[in-house]
Amino acid sequence: MTEVAAAAPAAIVGRSLWGDAWARLKANRAAMVSLCYLILMAIVCIAGPWFVPHNYTTIYSDYVRTPPSFSAYPKAEMVQGALDDVLKRMRVDLKDWKLEDSRAVVTVTATRPIDERYLRYIDRSDTFDDAKVEAKSNDGLEMTFSAAVRQQYFFFGTDNVGRDLLSRTLMAGRISLSIGLLAGVVAVVIGVLYGSTAGFIGGKVDEVMMRIVDVLYSLPFIFFVIMLVVFFGRNFVLMFLAVGAVLWLDMARIVRGQALSIRRQEYVQAAEALGVGARGILSRHVIPNLLGPVVIYMTLLVPQVIILESFLSFLGLGVQEPMTSWGVLISTGAKNIGTANWLLLFPAFFLVSTLFALNFVGDGLRDALDPKDR
Amino acid sequence: MLLYVFRRLLTAIPTLFVIVTLAFFLIRVAPGGPFNQERGLSPEIKANLEAQFGLNDPLWVQYLHYLKNLAHGDFGPSYNLPDFTVGELFAKGLPISVQLGASALVLALLLGSLLGTVAALNQNKAGDYSVIALATAGSTIPTFVIAPIIQLVFGLTWRLLPIGGWGDGAFVNKIGPVLTLALPQIAIVARLMRGSMIESLHSHHIRTARALGLSDWSVVVKHALRGAVLPIVSFTGPAAAALLTGSIIVETIFAIPGVGRYFVDAALNRDYTLVMGTVVVIAIFTIVFNLIVDIMYAVVDPRVRYD
Repeated sequence: MTEVAAAAPAAIVGRSLWGDAWARLKANRAAMVSLCYLILMAIVCIAGPWFVPHNYTTIYSDYVRTPPSFSAYPKAEMVQGALDDVLKRMRVDLKDWKLEDSRAVVTVTATRPIDERYLRYIDRSDTFDDAKVEAKSNDGLEMTFSAAVRQQYFFFGTDNVGRDLLSRTLMAGRISLSIGLLAGVVAVVIGVLYGSTAGFIGGKVDEVMMRIVDVLYSLPFIFFVIMLVVFFGRNFVLMFLAVGAVLWLDMARIVRGQALSIRRQEYVQAAEALGVGARGILSRHVIPNLLGPVVIYMTLLVPQVIILESFLSFLGLGVQEPMTSWGVLISTGAKNIGTANWLLLFPAFFLVSTLFALNFVGDGLRDALDPKDR
Repeated sequence: MLLYVFRRLLTAIPTLFVIVTLAFFLIRVAPGGPFNQERGLSPEIKANLEAQFGLNDPLWVQYLHYLKNLAHGDFGPSYNLPDFTVGELFAKGLPISVQLGASALVLALLLGSLLGTVAALNQNKAGDYSVIALATAGSTIPTFVIAPIIQLVFGLTWRLLPIGGWGDGAFVNKIGPVLTLALPQIAIVARLMRGSMIESLHSHHIRTARALGLSDWSVVVKHALRGAVLPIVSFTGPAAAALLTGSIIVETIFAIPGVGRYFVDAALNRDYTLVMGTVVVIAIFTIVFNLIVDIMYAVVDPRVRYD
């Protein structure tokens, strides 16, 4: 050992804890692919809603429960239906119609003279646009007009009331991911502060603080969550806090245990003997060693939070319409599997794939940061 | 041993007392009351109803009253389902939830142990990796996704199973719910079993058994399994308590009239007695199953003794 070191003293470049962990993480294919997937998912969910042609709250009453398709709507046979609807509203009878390029040329008759202003019904429909009178008979009982057929794309189909599922899924992703992240951060902050306080002060204070955690642990988890919902109402922002406030218990235990064991380590004693102050020990030794477990736990916490949020939304206790989350969408989908299975399949795929990716990244980080593995 | 069981049951009473007290005051502190939600309830009727159920008494009087009734095994009437007492509701729903939960638990223990053992015997081979993949999937995909997917695939596409409903306990009606309940548990059991089995297979007595020329079957089943099964035993306690007291997701999606929905519905409607009843039932199940697990330890591992 000493010979090698003496022979090539300059060749040994120390790697920091984080540099080492990063190198290990990079070697883990599943974790890296998952990490890229997560980043992609986050970008798509954050930026996507601005690029999707539909707003997530816009209701297209002509397109209720439209199946997903890569080609444009309306399909040829749907134009007829939409036309019938709108002509009924205009109180005129259809005589003849045909498609020319992307415009429908329609001839209608009525028993009373037709008012041209009725054409606004055409513009109001989701299928047609830009209606123009082409010709009108002298007595006004017959009119020919043309209207552009609006091309719509619903890649994921539409939901029960005719909202675009793609934009809703992406919007839901924004909500679910940000709840996961925010509630995760809340849980970690509370847990780290509580656990490290207990661990550092030790003695009686530690005893009391940890008994409180034990008591909270023994209450049924769902009881706790429901009570929080009961107290805070179905408020969106408070949900973050409630979910985060429930999940800090594990974090507090982990951090306390780590803090206790790090404080007794020989290198900390050595630093104390060398006269390093409490702050120095904290910032140089304790915090860097705590960060590993905290980061690992945080990545495993985020999927838990997302599941919990989806679970609450599924029960109708979480995010409220028209705002949406993956849990809300899956809940709607589960109720409509008989008629519109895409309502379940697309959000479920987004949720499950994200959960998988988060788990793989968490496992990868654990392997990368766990000192016992070295 | 009997003395130990008796002592444990005695210590359960203060635990139960603390839980009941905590839950009682927590739900009472929540804003609203059982008769606030119904619209068009005139103030006089509401006052009468509250007087009938003793809701106008001071809280501590109600608390003592509840404790007294509870000690006599009376859970009180349900406020939102006025024709039923809480006891009747549980008598109706609990057998259904217990049936589903117990089937799921047995399935999970058997299949999970089997898969975990297979994985451990084929460590780092294809069999191992497929079990790990299954376990990852089972523990990652949430129940509220598994359940509708099962409905969609087996109920609607292949038409093998009914989509939902209890059907007076017909076998086909139970398959979907039991499968949904069991899948995440199978994943956990398989993972636990794999880990402890690998450890057990590396221990000295297994090496000795192999050296003595015992067959693979006898080594694994008679010797390794016994050492590996302890983590599964400790998992079974809380899992059984959770499974047997009903799952709200599974019972909602498959339209099963079990007790899983009681708690959430009751808490939202401030049906105080039903909330308390659910808390007590869950607590009793938890206490009893933890006791059974501790006894099982002694059965499985002779080194564990209770004097």
